[in-house]
Amino acid sequence: MASTTFPVVLATPRRSLARTFALYAKEAKYELINKTRIPIYAISTVAFPLMFYVLFGIVLGRSEPGGTERATYALATMGCFGVMAVALFGFGVSLAMERGQGWLQVKRASPMPVAAYFLAKLFAAVVFSTVIMLLLLTVGVLFGGVHLPFATAAKLVGILVAGSIPFSAMGLAIGYFAKPNSAPAVVNLVYLPMSFCSGLWIPLFMLPHGLRVLATFLPPFHLAQLALNTVGLGTNPTPAWGHVEALIACTLVCLGVAAWGYRRDEGKTYG
Amino acid sequence: MSTAISRLQVQSRDVPGTPVAETPHRAPLVQPIHIASGRNLKKSYGNVVALANLNLDIRAGELLALLGPNGAGKTTLVRMLLGVARPDSGSVSVFGADPYQAQIRSRLGAMLQVGRVPETLKVREHIDLFSSYYPNPLPLGETFEIAGLSEIQNRPYGELSGGQKQRVLFGIAICGNPDLLFLDEPTVGLDVEARRLMWSQIRSLIARGKTVLLTTHYLNEADALADRILVLNQGAIIAEGTPAEIKARAMGKQVRCTSRLTLEEVRQIPGVLSVKADRNAFELQVNAAEPVVRELLQRDTWLADLEVTNAGLEEAFLALTKNHNAESKEN
Repeated sequence: MASTTFPVVLATPRRSLARTFALYAKEAKYELINKTRIPIYAISTVAFPLMFYVLFGIVLGRSEPGGTERATYALATMGCFGVMAVALFGFGVSLAMERGQGWLQVKRASPMPVAAYFLAKLFAAVVFSTVIMLLLLTVGVLFGGVHLPFATAAKLVGILVAGSIPFSAMGLAIGYFAKPNSAPAVVNLVYLPMSFCSGLWIPLFMLPHGLRVLATFLPPFHLAQLALNTVGLGTNPTPAWGHVEALIACTLVCLGVAAWGYRRDEGKTYG
Repeated sequence: MSTAISRLQVQSRDVPGTPVAETPHRAPLVQPIHIASGRNLKKSYGNVVALANLNLDIRAGELLALLGPNGAGKTTLVRMLLGVARPDSGSVSVFGADPYQAQIRSRLGAMLQVGRVPETLKVREHIDLFSSYYPNPLPLGETFEIAGLSEIQNRPYGELSGGQKQRVLFGIAICGNPDLLFLDEPTVGLDVEARRLMWSQIRSLIARGKTVLLTTHYLNEADALADRILVLNQGAIIAEGTPAEIKARAMGKQVRCTSRLTLEEVRQIPGVLSVKADRNAFELQVNAAEPVVRELLQRDTWLADLEVTNAGLEEAFLALTKNHNAESKEN
C-alpha cells in the first residue's frame, strides 16, 4: 500500500451563530412535536395528574368543610406529581429508548452538539410542565374554589416548572442505566413510591412517623414543600432555602450519575 | 500534494450534478491521499476481540468496501472512525484530526444500523433536523431527490416500508453534503429491487466525488460498488484488493462425498483447505475442485455421493482465512 501519511488538513467549515441558534431551536421544536404525537406520553403525563387532582383534590373535598383548602393543597402536590412525570418519563424513558435502540448513536455520529439534545428534552419538559400547571390551576379555580392572587399563582407555577430540573436530572441518570424495555417500569418504580412517601397523595401528617422522616430524604417532598409554602400551606418548619439546597444536591448527584453513564457508553455497543 | 488537495475540493464541491454514467471510473491519483486512517487499532468487549491490531487507510475519492461476516468488527471500526467509540489502543485520524471532536463530524455522514427511529416524525422533519446540524447542508429538495424521498417526505417514519426507512437513513447520511460517508450495511434486509436502488444512489455519491466507506457481508455488493475491498475476519484484515482480485481468491469450491478414507487421510490430500465430517460424509473446502476430486477417486475406489458446489461466502471467508494463516506461518 502506497503510504502518504495522514495530516491532510482541509479547512473544516464552522457553523455560523445564526445557524447554531437555528439548530438548537429545531432540535427543541422537533423534540416537542415528537412528544405531543406520542399518545401514551401526552396522556400519562397530562391526563393522570389532572384526573387525580379532580378526584382527590376536588370531588372528595367538595362537601367537607375546608374543601377549598384541600383543593389548594392538592394543586401544589398534584402539580409536583405532574411535573415529576413529565421530567422522569420525558428524560428517563425516552433517553433509555433512544440510547438502547441506537438512535442516539446516529445523532452522535452527526455534528449535533450533545447539549442541543439535552436542552431540547429540558425544553419539552418545561413546556409540558407549564401546560399541566395551567390546566390544574384552571380546574382548581373553576371547580375547586381555589382563590390565589395572581402573583402567588404565578410563583407557584414558576416553582413547580423550575422543579422539572432536578427530576430531569434524575430521569437522565435512569435513562443512562435502564434498558429500553424496562425503562418505563423502572421509572414507575421510582416515581410512584417516591410520590407517596413524599406526601403527594396523602398529607404527611397522616402518615406514620418513619415515613415522615424518610420523606425528608426524597426530592419530591422538598419541591412539594416549596410549593405549599408559596400557597401558605407549608407544614414543615425548614426554611425555604433548605429545600432548595436539597433539590440542588439531588440535581448534582443525578447529573454525576448520568455523566458516569455517558462515559460508560463510549466504550460499549448497544443495539 | 497541493494539486491533489485542490482536486479533491473540486471533486467534492463543484460538480454536484454530474450524471452517474459520465464518470464510471475515476483515474487513480498518482499518489493516493489518505483522508482517514486507523493505526494499530485494538478493541475488545469483555473476552470478545472486536479489532485485533488493525491498520486501515481510506483514500480520497474511493469507495472502499469492508467485507466480512457478522461479528468481524466492521461496525466497531466504523464507530471508531466516526468518533463515537474509542479504541482500547491505537489511533484514528480523519481529515488529519481526531474524529472525537464534533467539529470534524461536519465533514462526515453516517448511515448506521439502528433499531428504532422516532416514528412520529415525518421524513421531511427528520431530514430538516439533521440538515441543521451541518454548516453547509444540501437544500432539502436535493437531499430528497438524491435519496428518493420526494414522494414520501410527508409520511411519518413509522409508516414506511423497510426500503423506504433505509432511504431515510441514507438521506440523513448525505443531507449535510459531507466529504466522507460511512455506510454500515446499507442494504441489509432489503429486497432485490430496493437493493438495486440503493446501489445506484451510492454510485451517484461517488460520481459527486465523495469518498465512501461501505460495510457489507455480501460479496456481490462489494463487487458491484467498490474500488477496493478489505476482507475483515475476527477483527483483522485478511485480504485486500480490487473486487476482481478478491473474487478470484474467494471462488472456492465445496466437495462433499462419502468415503472409506479417514478424516486425516482426506486432510493430507494436496489442495484441501479444510475438511470436516458431517454425519457419514466429508465436507471439503478447496480452491479448485478438479485436482482434489481426481486424487480422491484415485485413493478410494469406493468413493460415493460426490457433490461439488460453489462455496458460500462463509466458506469463501474460511478459505481466505486459511490462506492467510498459511502465509503467516510461512513468514
